[in-house]
Amino acid sequence: MSELSLAHFVVLAAILFSLGLFCVVTRRNAIGILMGIELILNSANINYVAFARYGRGGYDGQLFAIFVIMLAAAEAAIGLAIVLGIYQRFETIDVEATDRLRG
Amino acid sequence: MTDAPISAGYVALIPLAPLVGAAVLGLGGAALQRRLGKGPIGLIACGTIALSFVLSLVAFVQLLGLEPEHRVPGLLADLFPWIHVGGLHVDIAFGVDPLSAVMILVVTGIGGLIHVYATGYMHDDPGYWRFFAYLNLFTFAMLTLVLGDNLLLMFVGWEGVGFCSWGLIGFWHKELPNTTAGNKAFIVNRVGDFGFVLGIFLLFWSLAPSGEPTLVFRELVERVNALRGQFVWGLPVATAVTLLLFVGATGKSAQIPLYVWLPDAMAGPTPVSALIHAATMVTAGVYMIARLNFLFSMAPETLALVAVIGAATALLAATIALAQNDIKRVLAYSTVSQLGYMFLAMGVGAYAAGIFHLMTHAFFKACLFLGAGSVIHAMGGEQDMRKMGGLWSHLPATSRTFLVATLAIAGCPPLAGFFSKDEILWQAWSSTFGSGLLWVVAVLVAGMTAFYMFRQVFMVFFGECRADHETQHHLHESPPVMTVPLWLLAGGAILAGWLGFPHHSAFEHWLEPVMGHYAAATASHAETPNLGLELALMAISVAVAFAGFGVAYLMYFRHRLRPETFSEALGGVPYRAVLNKYYVDELYDLVFVRGGLLLCRLIAWFDLHVIDGIVNLSAAIVRGWAWLFGLIDLYIVDGAVNAVANGTYFIGRRVRNVQTGAISAYLYVVLIGVLGGVLLYWSWASAS
Repeated sequence: MSELSLAHFVVLAAILFSLGLFCVVTRRNAIGILMGIELILNSANINYVAFARYGRGGYDGQLFAIFVIMLAAAEAAIGLAIVLGIYQRFETIDVEATDRLRG
Repeated sequence: MTDAPISAGYVALIPLAPLVGAAVLGLGGAALQRRLGKGPIGLIACGTIALSFVLSLVAFVQLLGLEPEHRVPGLLADLFPWIHVGGLHVDIAFGVDPLSAVMILVVTGIGGLIHVYATGYMHDDPGYWRFFAYLNLFTFAMLTLVLGDNLLLMFVGWEGVGFCSWGLIGFWHKELPNTTAGNKAFIVNRVGDFGFVLGIFLLFWSLAPSGEPTLVFRELVERVNALRGQFVWGLPVATAVTLLLFVGATGKSAQIPLYVWLPDAMAGPTPVSALIHAATMVTAGVYMIARLNFLFSMAPETLALVAVIGAATALLAATIALAQNDIKRVLAYSTVSQLGYMFLAMGVGAYAAGIFHLMTHAFFKACLFLGAGSVIHAMGGEQDMRKMGGLWSHLPATSRTFLVATLAIAGCPPLAGFFSKDEILWQAWSSTFGSGLLWVVAVLVAGMTAFYMFRQVFMVFFGECRADHETQHHLHESPPVMTVPLWLLAGGAILAGWLGFPHHSAFEHWLEPVMGHYAAATASHAETPNLGLELALMAISVAVAFAGFGVAYLMYFRHRLRPETFSEALGGVPYRAVLNKYYVDELYDLVFVRGGLLLCRLIAWFDLHVIDGIVNLSAAIVRGWAWLFGLIDLYIVDGAVNAVANGTYFIGRRVRNVQTGAISAYLYVVLIGVLGGVLLYWSWASAS
């Protein structure tokens, strides 16, 4: 086993992204979907940091990762608030049940 | 140039007093009669006329105090401007000159006596107040007609008397024949009025080119010369105007061919017959011609026609009167006949003689009618002379006054009718417009007049009484309120004629300022007095009148001659023709009434089938077009709109399923899309 290369990180990020995507697509629980999104964002963070570490140097990637974390926190706050709203209205957080916009 | 008229405001009160009376009685009469009885009503009615009469006397005296040449245009009460439009200047103004002075004295004097008489005659009638309201209104209208200083105001009076005549003929309106008679009078009068209005229009229109059109009499006198040399439809304007005006006169004064209404007008109460249909209203046509004598003198053709119509009417009506049995109808036809005399006088240019006869006729005909009314009153409403007789001793006052008036109308010297009729006869012979034929006709009529009047007297007052026992038992002389006017009128019938004593005629002298210049040109007797001839003609006419009296005497008093010898002569044809009034009413009914109805039906048919057909056809065409366009709209225009809508709807129905509302489904689509895009990119990148 050689030392950790960029490919490891990229593969890890791809796996993490796929898991997150899978979670988002398959979950019927709104909070589960939010958690899946969190995974996707973090996989992106791993890519930022990995490419920053193995790339041209500098701290652009780290900086963006911090932005994304911040953004994720904000997103989680808003997302949870929406979920609370959905619950108040439908008394459930099952996204299959909240199909009011069905054509 | 004539002088300016003398302003005299009180003249306006002459017509306005009866108007006030009519307004009070018409508006408050019913309440007045209910609360206070009939006394105040009669008082108001007679009082207003009496006031008019007194004022008329004052005006007469004031005129008398003027020099003859200042009596025209005389007195004027110019109340206020009425119509001032363009060149037309017409005022509400009442003027008194010698001619209208005579007329207002007749109207208010004789009219006043008839009013007094009527308070007795109508005493038991529930419509008492209504009667006197009409009577006062009539007097107002008649005075307006006479005093109006222009043709338009005259026309207002002219229509007003026609309206009152209608109202009073049909006064007992609960019986159909009375209202029918009223309508007939009004409608026949309208025919004449139409001519009258056209005459006024034509006169005004023809004067317009001269720059000073006018309808005021005293100005017309000066400006009428502008009509000379003008023609309308080939006739001189003066002739056309006077012919049209004469049509109006034939309607109002019951001349051929419009005389038919007057006998039927006897359906009204007898005082009405006396006042309106004998003494005053029917003389309006005569007055109008006398008033416009300067105009008529310019149109000899019209004058000739007036004379011929007058003589023909006098003859026709006199022959009809020979065979009538209704006491009032004899008098009605007698009135028509006497009016014919007046028109004959007008037609030969003897205006003063015509007006003189108008005045004397007013006295004796009013007396005759009121006497007849008194007889009818006594007989309990009976009007058939065949059921009367022997009333001389029962009705002393009525019978004696009736006899005096009969003598007067028959032309017995020296009563009023003798002087006036003889003047007309003489003028018919000697005037430049006169002729021997007119004289012969007039003398013949004089004989007939004497016959039918004495026939009446003998049938009513002499011989055996033919009434039933019940009626005989109730025979009574009328109260003084009715007999006193009779005596006064009989006195007038005796004395009025002396005003017109031949060759010293105060009457003619009085009227000379109004018609002197024109009458002098037409009547030649003043210049060439032929006393012998005049006396001879006078003797002949009196002899003929006595012959008429004699025949009546033999037939109806002595019974030496049987009336049947005449009635059955020539197979009875002439008698039946006369008895049935020459079938003129039937002829008019056939030609005008039925003809009018037939025309109405024809036009109605035309309207129904042709006009309505065209209208309906065009409607059908429009409807057909509309149906066609409706189809196009429905299937093509709406079809396109609906097709677009349906297509959109159809597509929408299909596409709506995409919007599942499930987030996971959207995410699948996004995922598949991204993956597909990546695969496409790869396949494209590897291919290149």
